[in-house]
Amino acid sequence: MSTGSGPGPDVYFQGTPGVDPRAPGPHGDRSSRILFGGRGGRSGWVALSSTIAFFGVLTIVIVNSPGWSAEGGVRDQFFDGEVFSGSIWEIAEGFLVNVLIFLIAEVLILVLALVLSVMRSLPGPLFAPLRILATGYSIVFRAVPTILIIFLLGYGMPALELRGLPSGPNADIFWAIVALTLVYSAYVAEVYRAGIESVHPSQGAAARSLGLGRGQALRYVVLPQAVRRVIPPLLNDFIGLQKDSALVALLGVSEALRHAQIEQATYFNFTPYMALALVYLVFTFPQVLLVDWLIRRDQRRRQAGGTA
Amino acid sequence: MNVRASLRVEDVHKRFGNLEVLAGVDLAVDDHEVVCLIGASGSGKSTLLRCIDLLEPVDSGRIVIEGADVTAAGVDQNAVRRKIGIVFQSFNLFPHMSVRRNVTLAPRKVLRMGEADATERADDLLGRFGLADKADEFPDRLSGGQQQRVAIVRALAMQPDLLLLDEVTSALDPVLVAEVLDAVRELAQQGMTMVIATHEMGFARDVASRVAFLHAGRILEEGPPERIFSEPSHEETRTFLDRIIAAGRM
Repeated sequence: MSTGSGPGPDVYFQGTPGVDPRAPGPHGDRSSRILFGGRGGRSGWVALSSTIAFFGVLTIVIVNSPGWSAEGGVRDQFFDGEVFSGSIWEIAEGFLVNVLIFLIAEVLILVLALVLSVMRSLPGPLFAPLRILATGYSIVFRAVPTILIIFLLGYGMPALELRGLPSGPNADIFWAIVALTLVYSAYVAEVYRAGIESVHPSQGAAARSLGLGRGQALRYVVLPQAVRRVIPPLLNDFIGLQKDSALVALLGVSEALRHAQIEQATYFNFTPYMALALVYLVFTFPQVLLVDWLIRRDQRRRQAGGTA
Repeated sequence: MNVRASLRVEDVHKRFGNLEVLAGVDLAVDDHEVVCLIGASGSGKSTLLRCIDLLEPVDSGRIVIEGADVTAAGVDQNAVRRKIGIVFQSFNLFPHMSVRRNVTLAPRKVLRMGEADATERADDLLGRFGLADKADEFPDRLSGGQQQRVAIVRALAMQPDLLLLDEVTSALDPVLVAEVLDAVRELAQQGMTMVIATHEMGFARDVASRVAFLHAGRILEEGPPERIFSEPSHEETRTFLDRIIAAGRM
């Protein structure tokens, strides 16, 4: 779909003022710029040397503070090399369960949220019940804490002993996925909706004037533009979901946080938690960079010129 | 009233809130006729065209196309729009599609034409309007004049019986106006039935079989361009034309 260099195909400037599909997701704006804004050359060197000096001094101060290297100090408790190498593989193995949970949830969320946002944008009195349903859904699942939904489903549903649903340890994973899907679909539906509303009504009118039905106009003209605009906030929500997948440890699912807890209790040392933090950081950081890059690319395109 | 006209607008009223935009419009357009709607901004030209294309519901009155009341309840509006093309002031091309895709979308999805047939029709039309080399470009790489010609081609690809043009040159740089007007002129010569809202009086005089002057939501007078432009019978028409002349648009 790309035309190569210069502003590509997906450059639209007809957004409705006041509707910003890049509004912060459920956990605030995680897309702050990390990298320096230097332009290379002299200012680049100044930025580099001042950065090295700043973090160098900071490291020296921390490492030489009394609490750092004392017996049972920060270094021993949180940064023990042996504990790290002894626990990291266990934790990484547990993280595969998290990956499984949030990957399945993400696919389900993309579908459910799209259905919800389309339901909410249906016109006319006939569809009022669907609009109310979608709106109510979005209100409830954004209002209730995620952990509460996880408890309600994870502990509550198996207690009903319904037939045909997974049982045993798989049941925990199943209900964890369902809970995360329900909660995050409410957020992602809002993101989709902002995207749909940011596509100028004249686009829909142009499509309808050619004889396309309402559904066809939505499918071929409005949604493709809307989805492209909301990819950065969508990814932000997914990063939040990936972090929240740690909440399912509270159901007893044998995932990364649970593994880290066990390792922590084994070594009586907090390094396994730091190891897990590192796993999350390594996994999430590239996604954060991607989101930032996408947003900056969009901004550049917006500034590069516009259509009427 | 001309009963056999291909388009008849009968006593159409339309209000937005407290503002009565159309206050009883009557208009008949024959096959192969080109009717130019003139009048000040806000006189109801655009609203009338949008009502004819059923993009706005009328409050009262009827719109009859080929003898069928299209404003009646239960009419398949998509089927009506299929036979009417409209070109907007702001082009409204689909920015996420190439020019060719813009043109083939409706033939493929609405007329269920095959990819090859739709592409052939599109390329043929694009060639006729001097856009053959732009088929693979995206709209934001085209000039305003090119975009507007693509919009015309996109409407023509549905082979409409009636084409509505809503101030198609108003958003263009003056140097780009001519290329779009030439394209419309060519359509008129080929016998396309058109209703054209325009501020280009020279063009209207040139291309119109009839000119209708809209004032405060009504068609105050209509007739052949020679008569409307040289001896208008209403004071309001005279005032409007004087203003246009003063503004150097005629």
